[in-house]
Amino acid sequence: MTLALTPLETSWLAGESGEARALAMRVIAETARLMGAEKLVAVESAHIDGALYHGDSGTLFAEKLVALGAKVSIPATLNVGALDLFCGARTRHSPHEHDMAKRMMRAYETMGCAPSWTCAPYQAGHRPAFGTDVAWGESNAVAFCNSVLGARTNRYGDFLDICCAIAGRAPYYGLHIPENRHATFALDCSGLSPDLRDSDIFWPVIGTLFGQRAGNAIGVVIGLTGFATEDRLKAFGAAAASAGAVGLFHIIGATPEAPDLSSATGGKREIPTISVTPGMISSTLAGMSTTVLEAVDAVAIGSPHCSYEELVELERLIDGRKLVRPFYACTGRHAIKALEAAGRRRALEEAGVTLVADTCIVVAPILEATTGVLMTNSGKFAHYAPGNTGYAVRYGALSECVESAVAGRLVREARLWR
Amino acid sequence: MAMRLEALLAGDAQGPLLKLDAPLSFWGGVDPASGRIIQVRHPQCGTSIAGTILCLPGTIGSSSSSAVLLELIRGGKAPAALVMGAPDAILLIGCLIAREMGWLAPPAFSLAAQHQHDLAEGCYTLAPDGAFHPLLP
Repeated sequence: MTLALTPLETSWLAGESGEARALAMRVIAETARLMGAEKLVAVESAHIDGALYHGDSGTLFAEKLVALGAKVSIPATLNVGALDLFCGARTRHSPHEHDMAKRMMRAYETMGCAPSWTCAPYQAGHRPAFGTDVAWGESNAVAFCNSVLGARTNRYGDFLDICCAIAGRAPYYGLHIPENRHATFALDCSGLSPDLRDSDIFWPVIGTLFGQRAGNAIGVVIGLTGFATEDRLKAFGAAAASAGAVGLFHIIGATPEAPDLSSATGGKREIPTISVTPGMISSTLAGMSTTVLEAVDAVAIGSPHCSYEELVELERLIDGRKLVRPFYACTGRHAIKALEAAGRRRALEEAGVTLVADTCIVVAPILEATTGVLMTNSGKFAHYAPGNTGYAVRYGALSECVESAVAGRLVREARLWR
Repeated sequence: MAMRLEALLAGDAQGPLLKLDAPLSFWGGVDPASGRIIQVRHPQCGTSIAGTILCLPGTIGSSSSSAVLLELIRGGKAPAALVMGAPDAILLIGCLIAREMGWLAPPAFSLAAQHQHDLAEGCYTLAPDGAFHPLLP
């Protein structure tokens, strides 16, 4: 299969529109060749995951693009960086790392990316229309964009995302092609209790189970009609994309390409179907914690970044009490501004909540120590915190996180798991 | 025994074979400074991928895995070669960007997961055309 470029794209590749666009086109065309794409597709927006510091290499690449005069040619939002440049939450970077992380964030802003600095751009005003082609990075954002918004993107890795934003093109393969968006397996949750399906804590668990079963396949979930909210779909997708290579999921009656089973499968009547049992939920849940200790040394929420509504719910659950454990609520500037506009930021901070904007506790050294027990209601934090922070994790509901932070030890609410 | 792999990004390599027993996200799964596997739920947590001919039956997770691979390459801790069950755009981007930066990127080859599983442990050499030979002691 050979890649066919338009005359305009060929001229970009030849450097007739500058060396920055030529570099971007080389990376995009080579990726297209590797993935077997026959052509490129024009993309309407990008979400850039590449501005997170993992070491000097990424900063040097971003600064090379800036030096070549690179500018994004389509609207582009930024995923998290390694620093909180908005609320000022402290990070334990060395002076060199801090400097390089900041240079990296500034380089992406210089290229014209919007300083959204959030992994939930879809709750910060960046919502592509159904059926449009876009180039998004960040695994949870990709899953949400494809599944909940019905826009079309592959899982664009760091650096390909900015190349697509510069060129306004992406390789046409995978999830850009409508026929590739159909489910090939199903998870049936209709045997689980309605109370469980209607609880926030269930969604990261079923998301994790889905991701483990899916690998890189596309699946459809049956039996959740009427229980989904936007924040639950966000939590499901983030957990699924951590446990598997999930770029797209369907939930019957909740996501736009799955009004019914036949639409989700592309007309196929029979696909392999797994009936989810309470036992499967229990064993998935057990795997989301890595400790049986009763201690709780810190609590973190907000992966993906908390919405304004989730922060309001946090305030309601705290109910004027003081938290005696460090409690990090990771969110975006969009939600902080909404909190401030509603006059609610101070109450959270006075209770002991550390608001973290622009970044989060698994991508930056924010937690005070490198060992201990971290409690979280996020399937994604539960997945990545042990490796990235050194903390063992205890997964629980938001209410359990709050009660544990008030009590200074693990508090479980058995009623949540009927 | 000689076999030929399909070259994705051609190049030479030599090193001990490391077959991953479970899919791995490089971001959150591999320490970008040392090349050690840090995902505690991975059966090979603690093993270093640096300098190995790394067989990946599948990749999962973060779209930042390309950035972790780029950092491994720049720091000299990358695998000697990547052998993938299917081309993974995220990891391959790390190699493509390294080339743009003038850093030596590991070559990448394609080999179905089942065939990866059947490979004997040991050291191997890989040639740009995909010729794959055990390195005799």
